[in-house]
Amino acid sequence: MIDWLSDLAFWIVFAGILFALRRQRIFWTVGALALLLFFNQFFTPGFFHLQVLDGHLYGSRIDVLNQGAKVMLLSLGMVLVIATGGVDLSVGAVMAIAAAVSSRLLVTQHQPPGVAIAVALAISVLAGAWNGLLVAGFGIQPIVATLVLMVAGRGIAQLITEGQIINFLDPTMVYLGNGHLFGLPFTLTLVVVMLLLAHFLVRRTALGLFIESVGDNDEASRYSGINAKQVKFLVYTFSGLCAGLAGLVACSNIKSADANNIGLYLELDAILAVVVGGTSLQGGRFYLVGAVIGGLFIQTLTTTFYAKNVSSDIAPVPKALVIIAVCLLQSEVFRTRATRILGPLQKLLNPISPSLHRQQPTIARHDSPEP
Amino acid sequence: MIRLNPKYIPLLATAVVLVAVFTTGSLLYPNFGTPRVFVNLLNDNAFVGVAAIGESFVILSGGIDLSVGSMVAFVGILIARLLQAGCDPFLAMGIALCAGTFAGAIMGCLIHFFEMPPFLVTLAGLFCLRGLGFVIYPESIGIDHPFYGEVLPQLSILVAPKAVLPFTAMCFLASVLIGTFIASFTRFGRNVYAIGSNENSARLMGLPIGQTKIITYALAGFFSAFGGVVATFYMQSGNPASFGGLELDAIASVVIGGTLLTGGVGFIPGTLMGVLILGLIQTLISFNGTLNSWWTKIVIGVLLLIFIVLQKLISRRAVTQL
Repeated sequence: MIDWLSDLAFWIVFAGILFALRRQRIFWTVGALALLLFFNQFFTPGFFHLQVLDGHLYGSRIDVLNQGAKVMLLSLGMVLVIATGGVDLSVGAVMAIAAAVSSRLLVTQHQPPGVAIAVALAISVLAGAWNGLLVAGFGIQPIVATLVLMVAGRGIAQLITEGQIINFLDPTMVYLGNGHLFGLPFTLTLVVVMLLLAHFLVRRTALGLFIESVGDNDEASRYSGINAKQVKFLVYTFSGLCAGLAGLVACSNIKSADANNIGLYLELDAILAVVVGGTSLQGGRFYLVGAVIGGLFIQTLTTTFYAKNVSSDIAPVPKALVIIAVCLLQSEVFRTRATRILGPLQKLLNPISPSLHRQQPTIARHDSPEP
Repeated sequence: MIRLNPKYIPLLATAVVLVAVFTTGSLLYPNFGTPRVFVNLLNDNAFVGVAAIGESFVILSGGIDLSVGSMVAFVGILIARLLQAGCDPFLAMGIALCAGTFAGAIMGCLIHFFEMPPFLVTLAGLFCLRGLGFVIYPESIGIDHPFYGEVLPQLSILVAPKAVLPFTAMCFLASVLIGTFIASFTRFGRNVYAIGSNENSARLMGLPIGQTKIITYALAGFFSAFGGVVATFYMQSGNPASFGGLELDAIASVVIGGTLLTGGVGFIPGTLMGVLILGLIQTLISFNGTLNSWWTKIVIGVLLLIFIVLQKLISRRAVTQL
């Protein structure tokens, strides 16, 4: 009875949010999440079950929030990088480095957890700055520049842990990924704090505008007096910080640092989260909250697979289909063709005015060679 | 003094690195410079090399293919399963090659017709093929077909005393030859270079953009699948979980082989050299014995960096020369 009531309240709130967002781009992301949750409401018994233990909330939805924190953190950094027209492939490797550094300091060097966390974050920021230097300073294509650290980073992480899996039991480090605050997982607080920080940085200062203009047209923004290089350097550095945090959470979750597996393929999930969140890979306009909800969507998808006993090995197939579907929806050509077929339905389906689409560049792409 | 065309500089740099690494190895270890080590090098890296040839075409056309590793694993398990079910080995290989080419063509179509970023489409391909491999069979299957056990070992040539060139290495060298021919001596190859240099001018010149792109990805799918076939020769088994991250090795080989990642500049023999450099580094580290194997990744990363910066400098000089 209580469950039934809380579910109803949940859906009413969710419907209210959806209604409020009906004219926003992130409506589609939240809508996709709603569809997925709706599926679980009816076809996954126990998915909506919530219970209170020792004053903390537990349940599948809380698990999604806790486990999704890594992807949400990564996508916060990634969305800004993608907004400048770049991409950061090294986040998974940076996660492994942060995990390796912190646990090495904690266990082998017997440093206090505060020092371990601070040094790990500082090194992640440094790694991000390195990417920024390559992209902004040397003008190297982002995919390639970050590929260097993606390949070498895991090797560096393994060098730091000396190829061992380092286990730790320090309460502060364990709290990071497993603790509770206000009855909710601490990781959620971490995500919210980072989201607010990012939001403040890009929406309360001119930085967000600069990022969008650099992503739209690098040259033009430079001519209008924006220091494009500085902006790019900054977003890669921020992405490094986010990756470092995600790495700390990841190793705290499992109470050990495994340089081989921490953050493996997570860069792909983060990119996917950003794309699902409505940000185009071509750069320009970006959706911070959309990216975080995109991360939540991906985690919900993963948790749904687990709940439905889909083998984690086969799970990539539906994930791939989702990527293709989302990309198709974003594709200009597909939309135009769909419009022709659907015709009158289009106005109903698409809440954004068509004039907005036409402004997007159709020929220039971030991966096409410079003219 | 002969003025060197800037497009040959990366290739030359690759050759210098290859010779330098090989000489270092020969000076440090007495048995390093023997033909046997070299033949083993070709054998051990054959499947990476074959896949890297396909990757070269995609990168030359200005795209990228991330699905290589999954494709090799998928083809491996497909062949192993078909052979287990009593299929003729040649039929199994044919089916695998067709499946690979078809998957590549689908990715090419998505990229061309819907103008989707190659990065994302091939990423979806990576996930999809990896999962499909597990759908075929979730565990490793050993191959005990007589063709693999008895015929293959005989298909080798004695190239030098104590050095037998196995069939896998021959497949690799044949792929390099075929790849070089397609890239440098066919109309399709020229179109690939043209699209990679500047897609808009290629379109304005009236070159068949769509056809070329789709064939490029289909070709990459074919070579990846062939890499998978070679991998079954080498491993004598198929495993859906294997070869994760092979795409990175392939891309690294192509870049270290002097192909510009922006497309349009590069040579297939360069990829052969890139694969050999990567293999030599691994051999060097295993000869040393005390260095940990993860140094390989760091050295590859550093080499990648050097070549990328070198490419940047060259392309910048080429622009100023214009």
